[in-house]
Amino acid sequence: MEFWFSELHSPHVKFDIRVEKQLFSGKSDYQRIDVFESPEFGKFLTLNGSVIFSEQDCFIYNEMVVHVPMAVHPDVKNVLIIGGGDGGVSKELLQYDNIENIDIVEQDSMFVDVCKEYFPETSIGLDDERVHIYNYDALRFLRSKMNEYDLIINDATDPFGASEGLFTREFYGSCYKALKDDGILVYQHGSPFYDEDEDACRSMHKKVFHTFPISRVYQAHIPTSPSGYWLFGFASKKYHPLKDFKADEWKKRDIYTEYYTTNLHTGAFMLPKYVEELLEQEEK
Amino acid sequence: MDLKRQASAPLYEAIERFRKKRIVPFDVPGHKRGRGNPELVDLLGERCVGIDVNSMKPLDNLCHPVSVIKEAEELTADAFGAEHAFFMVGGTTQAVQNMVLSVCKAGDEIIVPRNVHKSVINALILCGAIPVYLNTEINAKLGIVLGVTVEQVEKTIQEHPRAVAVLVNNPTYYGICSDIKGICDIAHSYGLKVLADEAHGTHLYFGDNLPMNSMKAGADMAAISMHKSGGSLTQSSILLTNNGMNADYVQTIINITQTTSASYLLMTSLDISRRNLALRGRQSFAKVSEWSQYARDEINSIGGYYAYGKELVNGGTVYDYDVTKLCVYTRDIGLDGIEVYDILRDEYDIQIEFGDIGNIMAYISIGDRIQDIERLVGALAEISRIYSKEEKRFEVDRQMLLPRVLASPQEAFYAEKIKMPIRDTKGHISGEFVMAYPPGIPILAPGEEITEEIIDYIQYSVEKGCSMQGMEDSALEYLNVLKI
Repeated sequence: MEFWFSELHSPHVKFDIRVEKQLFSGKSDYQRIDVFESPEFGKFLTLNGSVIFSEQDCFIYNEMVVHVPMAVHPDVKNVLIIGGGDGGVSKELLQYDNIENIDIVEQDSMFVDVCKEYFPETSIGLDDERVHIYNYDALRFLRSKMNEYDLIINDATDPFGASEGLFTREFYGSCYKALKDDGILVYQHGSPFYDEDEDACRSMHKKVFHTFPISRVYQAHIPTSPSGYWLFGFASKKYHPLKDFKADEWKKRDIYTEYYTTNLHTGAFMLPKYVEELLEQEEK
Repeated sequence: MDLKRQASAPLYEAIERFRKKRIVPFDVPGHKRGRGNPELVDLLGERCVGIDVNSMKPLDNLCHPVSVIKEAEELTADAFGAEHAFFMVGGTTQAVQNMVLSVCKAGDEIIVPRNVHKSVINALILCGAIPVYLNTEINAKLGIVLGVTVEQVEKTIQEHPRAVAVLVNNPTYYGICSDIKGICDIAHSYGLKVLADEAHGTHLYFGDNLPMNSMKAGADMAAISMHKSGGSLTQSSILLTNNGMNADYVQTIINITQTTSASYLLMTSLDISRRNLALRGRQSFAKVSEWSQYARDEINSIGGYYAYGKELVNGGTVYDYDVTKLCVYTRDIGLDGIEVYDILRDEYDIQIEFGDIGNIMAYISIGDRIQDIERLVGALAEISRIYSKEEKRFEVDRQMLLPRVLASPQEAFYAEKIKMPIRDTKGHISGEFVMAYPPGIPILAPGEEITEEIIDYIQYSVEKGCSMQGMEDSALEYLNVLKI
C-alpha cells in the first residue's frame, strides 16, 4: 500500500511525504489540524493541509528564531511568542537563565492540546513556570501592551490562513508599540521562491521596513518548507543583527544547538542576489 | 412565517433542474452558457455563466410571474410579513422609485425627510409630484442627520392637505430609526400611505432586539436592499406591499421601467438569500450584533474614537438605534472620517463602507470573521497612535433652513436655466441641488426659492470647510436658476 501526504507548494508544484499512518484529524474553531507519522520526517503536523513542523526539521527554525536575537540583545528578560502553541520555541528559549517570563499567545487551544498529546518532547517547553499561555487573538492581546517586551517572536507561518492577521501592518505596528526601546521582533518571513510566496514575502518586508528603524532578513534551509528555503525577519528599534552581534558572549553561555553556530549567524544574513533585490525594491 | 415552507427555494430548485437537463440554447444570451466568451468563463466560472439564461417556461418571467418566480415571491412576502413581494433587479433605487410611482401622480404632494435619497427626487421628476420636506434635526457633534418625530409628521400633514404619502428611512445609513409605528398610525389616520426606505434594514426582519421593521409597524410599501445585509448579489432588491395595496397595479408600474431580460443570477440569489434569512437569520444577526458591540467596546477603549450606539436613543429624533451598524466618530483624534477611511485602505488593506467629514462606517455582516474585526480594531488603534493630530472640529447647525418649493422637481428639471453669480440669485428658483457635507442634507433642491438667508448659509458652509456637492460649478460662484 502506498499512502502519501501531498501539499501544493505552488499551483504547479506538489510536495509529497510518504505516510505510515494518520494519528489525528480534527477541526478547531480556526482551522483543520492533522498529525501524521512518516518514515522520513517522523511525526509531522499540518494546518489546513500545510506542513507546520516535523520532528525531523523543526529544530532548524526553532533555533533560528531564538538564538539569532538572543546573541544580539544583551539582556532579554521578557519574551512574547505569538502562535508558539507547540512549545518548540519556548523550549529553546528556556535554555537562557536570564529570561524571566515567556508569554505565549496561541488562540487555538485545540492546537496546544494536539501538540501536547502527539509531540510531548516539544511541548515540554510549555510546562516551565516561566511560561504563560494565553488563548487570545494576538492583535487583541497586543492592543493593551506598551513598552513591555525585550523580544517578540512571531511563530505563525501562513499569511493566507487563520493567522493572516499576523502579517499585516497593524500587527507589526502593535509589536513595535509592545516592545521596549531596545526590543527585537523576529518573525517567519516565508519563502521567496515561488511567485505567490514571493508576493507575500515582499509585502511583509515592505510593512516591517516602514515600521521599524532596523529591518534585516536572514535565511535557513528547511526541507518541508516550499522550495526548501525559508526566510526570517529581524526587526529592531536599536540593535543591528550583525553590528551588535556578541558572538563571544553567546559562546560563553554554552547553549546546546544542532543548527545554529556563531559563524552561521553571520552567514545567514548573506542573501542570494535575487532575494536582496526583491527586498530592496520594497524598501523604496 | 411558515418555516416548513421557507425551507424550499423554488427558483433555485428550478435553476438546478434546468442545469441538469442540458438544454440546447437557440435563444439569448448569445454567449450560450459561456462558450462564445471564454474569457468571461475564466473570470466567472462555468456554473455561473451556465445559469445566465433568459426567461423560459420552466423558469418563469419576472414581468408576469406565474410559476417559480411567483412562488419565490410569495415565500419572500411570507418571510417578511408582507402581502406581496416583488423581486427587483435594478437595485433598491428601482424599488424606491416604484414605491413613489405607485402612490403619487402629477400634482400630488409627498412628505419626505430632507435627507431623502436622490432616487426619490428622481422619481418625482418622472411623475411630477411635489416634495414636502420634513425638517430633520442634526446631531451637532457627530454631524449626522437624525430621524423625524410623529408630531412633526402630523403637523406637516395638517399643513398639506394635498399630501398622499409619507416616506421614512428605516433606518438611516447611520442606523438612526424614527418611530415608524407612530408615523404609520398618524399617517393612516389622515388617509396617507406610508412608504419605508429600508435600504439599510433587511436584517430588521430577522433579528431579535433590533428596531421595528416597517411591515410590522404597518407601512404600506417597503424597499428592501437584500444585497446589503441580506447577502444576495449586488443590484438585487425587493419591494414589499401591505394593507391591501393593489399588487397588479404595482406590477404594471414596475414593468414601465424594469428590464424584460431580468438576470437569473440576481433573482436566484434573492431566492437563496430569503431562505437563508428565514432559516438562519436570527442566529446570524445575533452574531452580527454581538460582533458590532464587541468592536464598539474595543474601539471606545482605544481612546479618542467614539463608536456610538444605543445611548443616542432619545425617544424622539432618535427613536431607536440599529446596533448592527458600526459607525465611529473620528474627529477627536484630529482626523476626518474620510482621512481614516483612506489610511485604512492605503496603509492597512482594509476597505470600509464610507468615511464622511466626522465619521467612518464599517459594514459588519453575516460574512464577517472575528479575526477580521480584530484587524479593523488593531488598525484603528495604530492609526490613532501614528497619525493622530491636534484636534480640529467644527459643529454643524442643529437645524437647517427649509426653503419654499415653488416648482415641482419635474418642472425644474425640464425648465430652461441660466447661470447667475450666486450673490444675485435672491428671489430666483434654483435649478440644481446644493448639498453640504456634513451633514449631507440639501440646502437647495431644484424648484426651491433662493432667499438671502440661504445664500448666507451657503457661504457660511463653504467658509467653515464643508464639502459642497450637487452643483455644476463646484466653486459655487455661480448657480443655475430657472429662467423666468
